[in-house]
Amino acid sequence: MIAEIGHFALILALAVAAYQTLVPLMGAARGNRQMIASAVPATLIQLVLVYVAFAALTHAYLISDFSVQNVFENSHSAKPLLYKISGVWGNHEGSMLLWVFILASFGGAVAIFGENLPPTLRARVLAVQGSIGFAFLLFIVVASNPFARLNPVPIEGNGLNPVLQDPALAFHPPFLYAGYVGLSVAFSFAIAALIDGKVDAAWARWVRPWTLAAWMFLTIGISMGSWWAYYELGWGGWWFWDPVENASFMPWLVATALLHSAIVVEKRNALKVWTVLLSILAFSLSLLGTFLVRSGVLTSVHAFAVDPARGVFILAILCFFIGGALTLFAWRAPTLKAGGFFSPISREGGLVLNNLFLCAACASVLIGTLYPLALEIVTGEKISVGPPYFNLTFGPIMLPLLLLVPIGSQLSWKRADLFAALQRLWAAAALAIGLGVLVLIATERGPWLAPFGMALGAWLIFGSLADLANRIALFSAPLPTSLSRLAGLPRSSLGMTSAHAGLGLMIIGIIAITLWKVEHIVAMKPGERADIGHYTVQFVAETPLTGENYTGRAGQFRILRGDSEIATVVSEKREFKPMGTPTTEVGLYQTLAGDVYVVMGDRTADGARVVRLYFNPLVSLIWLGALIMFFGGALSLTDRRYRVGAPKRKLTPAGVPAE
Amino acid sequence: MTRKQKRLAVIAGGLAILGLAAGLVLFALRDSIVFFYTPSEISEKNVLPGTRLRLGGLVEEGSISKAGGTTVSFVVTDTIKTLNVSYTGQLPDLFREGQGVVAEGVLDASGVFIADTVLAKHDENYMPKDLADKLKEKGVWQDGKGAGP
Repeated sequence: MIAEIGHFALILALAVAAYQTLVPLMGAARGNRQMIASAVPATLIQLVLVYVAFAALTHAYLISDFSVQNVFENSHSAKPLLYKISGVWGNHEGSMLLWVFILASFGGAVAIFGENLPPTLRARVLAVQGSIGFAFLLFIVVASNPFARLNPVPIEGNGLNPVLQDPALAFHPPFLYAGYVGLSVAFSFAIAALIDGKVDAAWARWVRPWTLAAWMFLTIGISMGSWWAYYELGWGGWWFWDPVENASFMPWLVATALLHSAIVVEKRNALKVWTVLLSILAFSLSLLGTFLVRSGVLTSVHAFAVDPARGVFILAILCFFIGGALTLFAWRAPTLKAGGFFSPISREGGLVLNNLFLCAACASVLIGTLYPLALEIVTGEKISVGPPYFNLTFGPIMLPLLLLVPIGSQLSWKRADLFAALQRLWAAAALAIGLGVLVLIATERGPWLAPFGMALGAWLIFGSLADLANRIALFSAPLPTSLSRLAGLPRSSLGMTSAHAGLGLMIIGIIAITLWKVEHIVAMKPGERADIGHYTVQFVAETPLTGENYTGRAGQFRILRGDSEIATVVSEKREFKPMGTPTTEVGLYQTLAGDVYVVMGDRTADGARVVRLYFNPLVSLIWLGALIMFFGGALSLTDRRYRVGAPKRKLTPAGVPAE
Repeated sequence: MTRKQKRLAVIAGGLAILGLAAGLVLFALRDSIVFFYTPSEISEKNVLPGTRLRLGGLVEEGSISKAGGTTVSFVVTDTIKTLNVSYTGQLPDLFREGQGVVAEGVLDASGVFIADTVLAKHDENYMPKDLADKLKEKGVWQDGKGAGP
């Protein structure tokens, strides 16, 4: 009964979404106030209906109602509670419902928090949100119903793919989707602005926090996925340039560009057409990502759908929104008035460079991801484009961008003095070069990338700190003055500093694990030892293992430094009910300096275990950096001007302190 | 500089970056892609030793031998031709005889495929798509029925 209520709520939501799309748009065109005002209640009603449907499916999972086909196929009564809940989106139908759930939430947030938006603009934004909701609800209702029933009712379910039964992965999809779908708000604002024919500082001030929120969610979602791949897949790697990873990384790159270009619109009223285009592209890449991952074009743990009709449906949605938006852009963009004017060496110029590099990097990833698909369609030849391609293209494009980050944030608006900017960074440059030289000496005749990469990371970190120190006149003014200046700094400025410093930390982590990873494969019997990095690993014993929904073998490993024991880790081989699917759990000893990573493999002919050992230096910095970037975004999001200044459309951008 | 010159400078900078990116992409696409072949295709195409490629097929029943230590050798078949594979390292959890496998590596001079990566199918019902397509072409595998004979 509850499943039927959920299904019915979805159909009603579809009807409401149609209303939400058409009526406010017509109202805005005719200037009919009642029709314009109906956008808000329609959005909220759609939100409630989608929530009811989502709650109904969650309920079916919680009580293990195997009469619902989706629950039968993806759940099992012995599964831990957390994975019963995450099972809701651990499958194709449920994940599309989650997509719509988050879309409706963002729509609702615009409706509720957008009280200060001009009513026409808000109506148009909500209408575009409604149209996206309509397309995906239609897809769910027609081709991907999560509430289909089974008769006769099976006694037990099939269970969730065991590699997906993991805490980080339970929350990876909701965060990632919040990022993907969050970009729909920037998209809706862009479409509304094109219809409106007006983009100004106030518009950017509304778009930027939504983009920032989406960017934060994407950052966390992608790093959770990478963290999961690191400790669950047992390959010791953290990023594989897998098409599925790229699908989430491309929107991130463009969203990062959009974040920066929206600043220019807000502060200087320039780059308007470009920012609108980026808003469209960012969400288009989100849609492309959804299509690639969910259509079954690519094979991976993510590709649930095998029904080609579904792929075609999502492709149709993709073509409609991307094609429609770009057509509208081509038609209406020339009507947007060109704004502020700047010299190439200026903050604006720096941000333009940032955008160019980010978009070029994104294009290289896009080509590497789609080229194998295109080649297969055209010639039937099957190829794979792997890390060598991306290291050759993405790397060299990003390097100059990273070098320019600290300089760009020292430039002033409109016209800047490059020499003065560099002067403010001499200490940061000296520290970075110093670190590079140290690394060069320590890794004699190692790859040139090691000293260069470390110096680059340090340059980003110290460059951010130097910026902060300059801003609060640290060392040049008395300490209390500096501290009170620190307290008075806009949060967006602190946010930028932390995000850039977090990026620096991440670079250091990436370079370290890429160049200095130590890998060792040995056959070990209980009692035997092997060296890895500065550590020694001893295989202690192997014991049987029983978990809530699996059985297996656990290998105990002692980690020693010299002769003193510092930790014990366990690597497990599990077999999951009901199919007996095997998985491997990594034994991980983590420190900031590096991880000891132990994977117990198969038995050899003479009864030993094949054991794979890694020492991954500084690898935690990758996720620590991502976390700091996330908090930088959060800090920036709480900036005063989004709370106080946002509403007023007439507010002049002049006089706002440089960020 | 006049307004026009400044705009031109920005556009020229943009084109330079795009040119750089396009050059890198073309260069990398020529040199760093890996082709996917079955054992039959490898013998048909006279693949030179040392060329990096992906090999797909089924692990032949009874062919896995652990020579001792961490090196494993097995035979990959598409039921028409076979190829000996040697791999040092850990096999994936789902690596089994009679099941689909994809190995990446190079052929050595004696015609043995030296793999540095071995991937097995992800779950009970899953066959790597590239492999399923290839095997379907050869008529030895059908959707939902698993591998023949």
